[in-house]
Parts: sequence; structure tokens; C-alpha cells
Amino acid sequence: MANLTPELEAERKKICKIAKDAGLDFFETIFELITYDQINQFAAYGGFPVRYPHWKFGMEYEHLSKSYEYGLSKIYEMVINTDPCYAYLMEGNAMMDQKLVMAHVYGHCDFFKNNIWFSKTNRKMMDQMANHATRIRRYMDRYGYDVVENFIDVCLSLENLIDRYSPYVEKSVVKSESPQAEANPNYLLRVDRSYMRDYINPPSFVAEQKKKAEDEAAQKASRFPQEPEKDVLKFFLHYAPLTDWQQDVLSIIRDEAYYFSPQGMTKTMNEGWASYWHSHLMTTKILNDSEIIDFADHHSGTMAMAPNGYNPYKVGIELFRDIEERWNKGQFGREWEECDDVRERKHWDKRLNLGREKIFEVRKVCNDVTFIDQFLTEDFCVRNKLFVYRFNKKTNKFEIDTKDFKAIKAQLLFHMTNFGQPIIRIEDANFENRGELLLTHLHEGIDMQPDFMSETLKNVFKMWKRPVNIATIMDETPQLFRFDGKEYTTHNLGQESASAESKEESSHS
Amino acid sequence: MSIREDHNRFRDIVKGKVKEDLRKYVSQGEMIGKREDEFVKIPLPRIDIPNFRYGPKQQGGVGQGEGQQGQDVGEPGEGGQGQAGEAPGEHLLEVELSLEELADILGEKLQLPNIQPKGHKNIDSVKTKFTGLAPVGPEGLRHFKSSYKRALKRMVGSGTYNPEDPLVLPIRRDMQYKSFKKVTKPQTQAVVIYMMDVSGSMGDEQKEIVRLESFWINTWLKKHYKGLETRFIIHDAAAKEVDEDTFFRTSESGGTLISSAYKLCQEIIEKDYPVQDWNIYPFHFSDGDNWSGEDTRLCVKLLQDFFLPNCNVFSYGQVESKYGSGQFLKDLQKEFGEDDRLTLSQIENRDKILDSIKDFLGKGR
Repeated sequence: MANLTPELEAERKKICKIAKDAGLDFFETIFELITYDQINQFAAYGGFPVRYPHWKFGMEYEHLSKSYEYGLSKIYEMVINTDPCYAYLMEGNAMMDQKLVMAHVYGHCDFFKNNIWFSKTNRKMMDQMANHATRIRRYMDRYGYDVVENFIDVCLSLENLIDRYSPYVEKSVVKSESPQAEANPNYLLRVDRSYMRDYINPPSFVAEQKKKAEDEAAQKASRFPQEPEKDVLKFFLHYAPLTDWQQDVLSIIRDEAYYFSPQGMTKTMNEGWASYWHSHLMTTKILNDSEIIDFADHHSGTMAMAPNGYNPYKVGIELFRDIEERWNKGQFGREWEECDDVRERKHWDKRLNLGREKIFEVRKVCNDVTFIDQFLTEDFCVRNKLFVYRFNKKTNKFEIDTKDFKAIKAQLLFHMTNFGQPIIRIEDANFENRGELLLTHLHEGIDMQPDFMSETLKNVFKMWKRPVNIATIMDETPQLFRFDGKEYTTHNLGQESASAESKEESSHS
Repeated sequence: MSIREDHNRFRDIVKGKVKEDLRKYVSQGEMIGKREDEFVKIPLPRIDIPNFRYGPKQQGGVGQGEGQQGQDVGEPGEGGQGQAGEAPGEHLLEVELSLEELADILGEKLQLPNIQPKGHKNIDSVKTKFTGLAPVGPEGLRHFKSSYKRALKRMVGSGTYNPEDPLVLPIRRDMQYKSFKKVTKPQTQAVVIYMMDVSGSMGDEQKEIVRLESFWINTWLKKHYKGLETRFIIHDAAAKEVDEDTFFRTSESGGTLISSAYKLCQEIIEKDYPVQDWNIYPFHFSDGDNWSGEDTRLCVKLLQDFFLPNCNVFSYGQVESKYGSGQFLKDLQKEFGEDDRLTLSQIENRDKILDSIKDFLGKGR
């Protein structure tokens, strides 16, 4: 498959060896040289050569080609998480650019292979995607293009309603009927000495507690789903009134959403890691003297961060460098945390040289949330001049809001949790005892966009085919939005239901 | 490539959306403002797939740089390193449509009949056109540059090219020849002559309506006549020919003699557009005020004697204004009744533009 020119192939071999010697560990990586039009096509398809037919890819393609033709943006690098890894080089790029891309790609490949959040992804996704395309085409032939396309639109509209962490949770099956639990139910107080039993748990207390527990269990059992379900798509797969082909289409969309999910969860780390390595390898081993200016120009262009935009490349690479330096100098642990002396901190260097080791560990176990949570420091924010901006209603502009470390960290974490999307789960599939669906939005201080919400709710209805409701907070008032197939209505949730909701919240935690 | 399929599908959806909301687009003139020769840019809100998401205004974000609290940072997403494809659908979609596509949409929406050009004026012209490259051909038409390029590519590809000794040897397989085709072109010639009353009673809004309407009429006629010519006449008590820009911007004051414009129009036609060779479309827009009944009678006479027999169709659009009496339209109606060669249309406001276009173009003449 590889179609590199002899020159590029020689460089590839060289860079591959350099990357391996530096400790990177990746699947075999196949580079292909393609034209800008092909690269736009592949990019529109999320990196894959074949996807199911859908107009959204056409829209993305139009956008990419226009941006390229007008010189607004250009895709330099694209790499897919498969085994072997496929990566694309654009025909006509300068040799220095190609080397840079190769070095960067080996960084990504190492990350794909070793980061734990990618451990559950299907490494044969290329074939899988092609299979998906074939299946969907078959349905289109049988049931009509428009019918299937409309249903895909509905599925895609709900595609972000998955439980991003579920692939990593090993569901331990604990049966509550196990004899041991029966003999020692958890509503009884702990008894260490058997002769004290009747004093600590007097029969009246036991009876009372038992009734309470049974009531609770009964209430829970009558609820459906028993626990709120975050994987809305899975729930629909099992319980929504869908035909066989619709189920299959939905499962395809869900599979693909889960496949792309880790890339969203590790965007900052992944780009940071790849940038760290391209920068390190290029400047120490790969570049020749005449290329250094071009490299610096290109690299700084990629790392530029505007006051109004978050650049994962920049934050990622700086954090990795910061971690490496801190662990080299021993700037961690209790002693370091408790040191208040500015001068001492500045010259703190225990010469531990643990940096390289540490960043390899970080790239293995972290995702963006834990990465920022553990390693973003106040010093780092000050040094990199980070700030939080917000929309000011008075001036109708986005303005710098604060440079406070805690606010910056909270803002970043907020954006990364659930990939910056609202957390929504199915609370009740028999709402009001009428087979209606109740979704709840775990409101975290930010309202959903109302027009998008109403349209999406209509799509939920298309899935469930019974009236659907979503409880959220809008303009600081708890509200219930409802779509019954004809009408879209809003109900204010009064004080009582608000408190009921918060009670429910506490019982979950 | 299968992306073509998806891309076409997307274009179809876009066209469908534009068609659905055509009335809005026509009356707002958004697309004319973004006109670029053969293309118009159309802002399309909400074509993307909806999902549950946060409102951008409440969200804020993390940025980097100098500056104190309260400093303006600009709209997020502008400038900076926009990773392409990272957040699809977040931009307000602006799609380009060619004028031809736009004309098709207009035609479908209004169910306009195709124009039948005047029959005997079809002149066929035959031209030889170089259309591309072919692997065979006479040596005289050999295309050096691309032949050698192919040779170079082949040699680089197979590793036989030596930069030290840059010798390129084309073989038979590399050769490229210019290929040509004989094209027969039916030549129909057409001219649109726009006349507008710019007397004091025609306000900016009225002119905007004329501007929008003439854009759409032009779009439709261009689809049927390649190389459509347009001429512009403005008039108050006297008429003069102007360029397009002046046509829409000039505001004069004073009286209105419609016949002055018709006379000038007649002169232009007689001078430049022999009626047997040309499809002629005069359009006249005014608020319906004329100086005197006598002048109206003169206009009627000009129409009867010259315009109606010689033009495909003569169109008169009356734009409602606060000051105009609207008398001219009534006079014409009285005089001609239902004459196929004359189209009368009343345009009350922007929303009626589409209906008026239908009036004008619905006859297929």
C-alpha cells in the first residue's frame, strides 16, 4: 500500500529508528502519500477511507476544501488508531514538513498503543467501518435512501449520549441474595461481639429498618431503569420500539461513537505528546541546519494560542515539558508542596532525573481530565499567562474574566469532562406511569442551548415514539420540557419537585 | 470516490433548504450582498444535526496572553489555530451556489416555464475547441510540457531519475497531445433593458425592491441566454442611460415623464439591437405617478406601435410608495386588458417580490 517516494521512504526509515531509540513504542505505521483532495476526503470521513453514506461527510468535505482553497487552513497530518496505524502525508509538502509530520505521527501512534484509554478500542476499525458502510448501503437499497438517511440523522443527533467511561468499568456481578448478605444485611449496625447484638440492634429497630429497606427495594424495582442510564443509545437499542434494521443502524452509530470517544477524552494529551516528540526528535536528531528556520516557523504556528481559543497542542506540550522538568528537579511531593520560600522554590533541584520516566507513565495512565487535575499548577498558569474569558452581557463581548488558578483549572476540567457536553441520562422510562420517557440533565451551572435542545428532543421522540420529557435548569429555574409528537411545551418545576430532585441526587452519591 | 456522492447529497439538501426558504432569501437580499461573479454565498443556519449542547454565551473558556481583567478577547473561534474538523458544525454554514443553480431553484419553486427564444433567431455557430489531453494525436499537436512532466514523474517514481544528471527521456507512454472537439453552439442573443423612475417619490426601500427583483430576473434570464446583455435607464422628467451602480443609487427629484424613458429605450433598441436577431426584455419600474394624462397616452402609443410588436415581452412593475398615486398601472390595464405581450405587476412590499417575479416570468416568453 505504501507509495512513498524513495527519498521519503529513506527518511521514514531513519525517523522510525530514531523514534524507537528514543523509547517510543508503536504499531507498524504505514504512510501514504495522497493529494490534498484525498486528504480532505479522508479527513471528512474522520480519517477512514470508507464510511457509510451520509451528507454530513459531504458538508465537512465542502468546508475543508473551501478552507484549503481559500488558504485558511491546511491539514498537515492525519493518523488513524488502528493496527497497523495508517497515516497520510500530503503530496507537494516540503520535505521538512513531511519529516515533521512523520515524527509527530510516531508520537500519536505510541500514544494510541500505550495509553490505557485506548485499550478498549477496536484496532481493526478500518475493516469494521467498511462493514458498517456495506450494511447501511444494503438497508438503503432495501428500505429507501431517504428513510435510512433520516433515521441516521436521528441517531447522529443523539450520538453524544453515551457513557464514555462504561467500556472501562468491569461490571462486577454482586448478587444481593447471596447468603452472607442475607445473614448480615447492611441496614443493621455493626456488631463485633455477639452478646451485644440485641442491644445494638434491638428487634424493633431491626423490624423498622427491614421495612424501610424493603420499601426502598420495592420502589427501586418498580422504577425502570432501576439506576439512571447514561448510555442512552444502549437503552434505546434494548427498549425503544425499533425495527431490526433500525436497531442495527443505531448499534453502528453507537459503536463508532465509542470508537472515537477516547480521542476526545485525550485530545490535549495526545496532541501534546505528539508535539513534544516531534519537537524533541526534530531539533535533536532529524533536522539539518538549513531546515531549522522553517521548522521553527511551522512549529510556532501550530503552537500559537489566541486569547480566545484553547489550543490543545500548546497546553499539552507545555504540560509535558513542565512535568518532565519538575520530576527531573524533584519538584514534587510533600516537601515541595509545603515549601513557601520563593527563592528556595526557584532553585529547587534535587537532580533526580525522573522526568522522562514520569512522562511515559503519565502518557500511559492519564486522560485529559486526570492530566489537568494532577499536573496543572499555579506556577504553570502564571508562566503561560492563562486566563478565563467569559461573555459579558453588559458589553456584549467576550472578556477576560479572571486569572485565578482555581477558576482556570475548573474551566479546563469542565470542558474536558464528558468532552464538554452536557451529561444527560434516562431517569424514568415509565414517567407518570404512561410509558413516557424522562431524561434529566445534570445541570452544572450552564444552560443548554434552547433551540438545539428542542430539536434534539424531537429526535428523541422519533426514537421512543411516546412523549418525551427532559428536566433541566433554564434561566435559573428548574423546568421540564416536553414533546408529545405535536407540541413542544414547558412546565416550571416548582419548589417541591426541585427539592425532590436534590434528594435523589444525594441518595445517589 | 464516494465522498462525491455524500457531497452531492449535501448540495441537494442545501438547495432544498434554499428553495424552502426562498421567499425569505429573496426579500432579504442577503445573498446579493455576497455576490462574487458567478457565485452567491448563502448563510444557512441550522443545517447541522442538533444535539444536546451548552449555549456558547454562558460557557466562556481558557485563553492565553497579556491583558487585564475586562479586556475584550473577541469572538471565540475566530483566528488562532482552528484545528480543521475538530468541531464540525460549529460554524454558521455559508455555502456557495452558482447563479445557474440558483436559477434552477427559482424555476422549480415558482414552476416557471422555460423561455422559448424567438424561433428564427437561433444561429448555430460551430467552433473548434481544445478540450483536453489525449495519449494519441498528430505530432503537430504534441503537448511538450505535460509530456515531459509525465516522463519526469515516471522516472522519479521508478527511481531512474538522477538529479546530478537531469536527463528526461520521454517514452511513447508519456506522450500527450492536445485533443479538440467541434462544438455547436446555438446562439441566442438577448438584452434586458431596465428602466426606473428615480423621481422624488421613489424612496430607498422602493429602489431596494427594484434591485432585488432585477437580480432575480437577471439570474433567470441568464440561465436561458448565455451572454445576456443588460442596459440601464433612469428617468424623472428626462431620461438617461447609466451603469448598473448609478442605476440603483441615484436619487433625483422632480417630475416624472415616463415617455422620456420609453423613447430612450426605443432609441437604444433601434441602434444596438436589431429586433429580428435579439430577444428583448424591457422592464420598467415606477411608483405609478406620471406627469400628465397626455404623457400616459404617449406611452400607450409607444407601447402599441413599437414595444409590443418588437419585444418578447414588455414588463411593467409598480412599486407601492407613500407618495405615488399608482395611476399608471390602472391606465395600462384599461388600455391593454389581457395582452400576452405586456406583463403588469404590482409590488406592495418585499414579501411580494417573489410573486411579482412569477408574474413577470411565468409566461415563458
